[in-house]
Amino acid sequence: MIAKTATFLVSPTHCCGKLKTMGFLLATFFCVFALPASAQERDKFSICWSIYVGWMPWGYGANEGIVKKWADKYDIEIDVVQINDYVESINQYTAGQYDGCSMTNMDALTIPAAGGVDSTALIVGDFSNGNDGVVLKGESDLKAIKGQDVNLVELSVSHYLLARALESVDMTERDVNVVNTSDADLVSAYTSDDVTSVVTWNPLLSEIVSMPESKLVFDSSQIPGEIIDLMVVKTDVLKANPDFGKALVGAWYEIMSTMSGDSASAKAARRAMGEASGTDLAGYESQLASTRMFYTPAAAVEFTQSDDLKTTMQYVAEFSFQHGLLGEGAPDATFIGVETPSGVYGNTGNIKLRFDPTYMEMAADGEL
Amino acid sequence: MKRLINQEPNRVARWLLGLLPFLLLLALYVGASNARLAENPNDKLLPSFDSFGSAIERLAFEPSRRTGEYLFWQDTLSSLQRLGIGVALSASFALAFGVLTGAIPYVRANLSPLMTAVSLVPPMAILPILFIVFGLGELAKVMLIIIGIAPFLCRDLQQRVMEIPDEQLIKAQTLGASSWQIIQRVILPQILPRLITSVRLSLGSAWLFLIAAEAIASTDGLGYRIFLVRRYLSMDVILPYVVWITILAFFIDLLLRLLSRRCFPWFHAQTGNN
Repeated sequence: MIAKTATFLVSPTHCCGKLKTMGFLLATFFCVFALPASAQERDKFSICWSIYVGWMPWGYGANEGIVKKWADKYDIEIDVVQINDYVESINQYTAGQYDGCSMTNMDALTIPAAGGVDSTALIVGDFSNGNDGVVLKGESDLKAIKGQDVNLVELSVSHYLLARALESVDMTERDVNVVNTSDADLVSAYTSDDVTSVVTWNPLLSEIVSMPESKLVFDSSQIPGEIIDLMVVKTDVLKANPDFGKALVGAWYEIMSTMSGDSASAKAARRAMGEASGTDLAGYESQLASTRMFYTPAAAVEFTQSDDLKTTMQYVAEFSFQHGLLGEGAPDATFIGVETPSGVYGNTGNIKLRFDPTYMEMAADGEL
Repeated sequence: MKRLINQEPNRVARWLLGLLPFLLLLALYVGASNARLAENPNDKLLPSFDSFGSAIERLAFEPSRRTGEYLFWQDTLSSLQRLGIGVALSASFALAFGVLTGAIPYVRANLSPLMTAVSLVPPMAILPILFIVFGLGELAKVMLIIIGIAPFLCRDLQQRVMEIPDEQLIKAQTLGASSWQIIQRVILPQILPRLITSVRLSLGSAWLFLIAAEAIASTDGLGYRIFLVRRYLSMDVILPYVVWITILAFFIDLLLRLLSRRCFPWFHAQTGNN
């Protein structure tokens, strides 16, 4: 909604345009004002998600009534809302419209946490294991990227992946020229001769790799566990309403056990998720193949408790700081504290992002 | 008692009435912003005027840490350059097209249906074709503006040429003018101020296409910056940029109006418009 307002604001020459703009601004203010985040105990919650291989289970769980079943068990209501634009969904969460939202670890640090919204990663769903990649046209060695224009969504996980890829061959961003390109237009942009290298995620990545001359020179399986997909909720809401967390986690692992394995019902679940994301069973399974899903709570807990998570968040924080994503008030990468089971990275006085395996542990122990 | 429709506010009242909605909006913003900031001092959605100030200072008056450029001015320059080239080329093309199709029935029969068809194609829907034909560089951005506004200008100018009273054309022919002389001495002078009017009307769309082009693939520009920081909900950057775009658009419009008044005073006297 905010971004739409901004788009409207840029065509301000006619007076009726101005009136519309004012109307939009007013509407924005009122809805922003009317729905402040509340930490009190309550029984109605809403979470949002967007289309991505690792988050399709949320849509499936909502459609099949699994989320409702678990919400009923704890005597609460949970609205599951699909938002078509990923960034917009995070912005809406940060602005206070939702209690939870699906996002990556990097975006959780740089949007809500940097925006002062104390957030908890309730569910660690999966990490990208080849779902994000660097593609060159006609060159099969990453080193050939030197001096090229690289088209990607700037300041996204693609940008982070590029930075890590360049590091692996002793280069920095100074050696390339990053061109911000909208993800909606990346595939068609790639057909242009101007574009010689791109960094992107699936399903765009597999589309681009399948074109002639395209070579995948680096992908996220070379930095395993660094691009993590989460369900993030407001820390204060979770504290005041543990049942909200229990219901979400319970529903999630029921969906996970439904969709994993080779049974006919698991295949049907995966087919439904594939179709909901605009592909089919085979397409969705190929995306799952480059995603390390944590189908069991025990696997997710083990990943969350490892020391590597803290190191990853350090890389992410350093990258974010170098690109000014932690806010102008941030004097260094440790400005925002990130709490993980193996310890806190950064400022313990300003913890805004917490990896808390408590609820996943309950699921693992069958206590939900 | 005078009827309501006959009561005119005086100069001061007019200013105050015009200013009032702006002040109300401003007050509303400050109120909402303070309320949100009281709850979360790091709120990014409705930043305080202090954060606007520091964002402007950082972007406009301090060289960027990464490139050493003054981003705000660099963005403004790139955007204005693209807009200027796009609008100037569209206007020149439309002038030639409008005069020729408006004045010469054979040319009109030949080209006018094509232009009508082209003007109905939504440019944003054929982006992939534009990428393949024009690439992804500066050319593509300028071309998107041209494809966006030139058809409108062409059709409008053709219409304006055809509106020139037949009496004038007949009179000129009675005096022995050739087709070329009529175009040059009767049509062209009358069409130039109307070109400026059309360009003023199309500037809104031109900005829209410029911002869209910069959002798709770019390394600088006002639209680029807005879409880049949108990812991080940096309203402290977006809102000043939006205000700046509004100011730029207003002054370009004003400039064209003054130019038209200065160069074609007869036109404004005749039509009574300002």
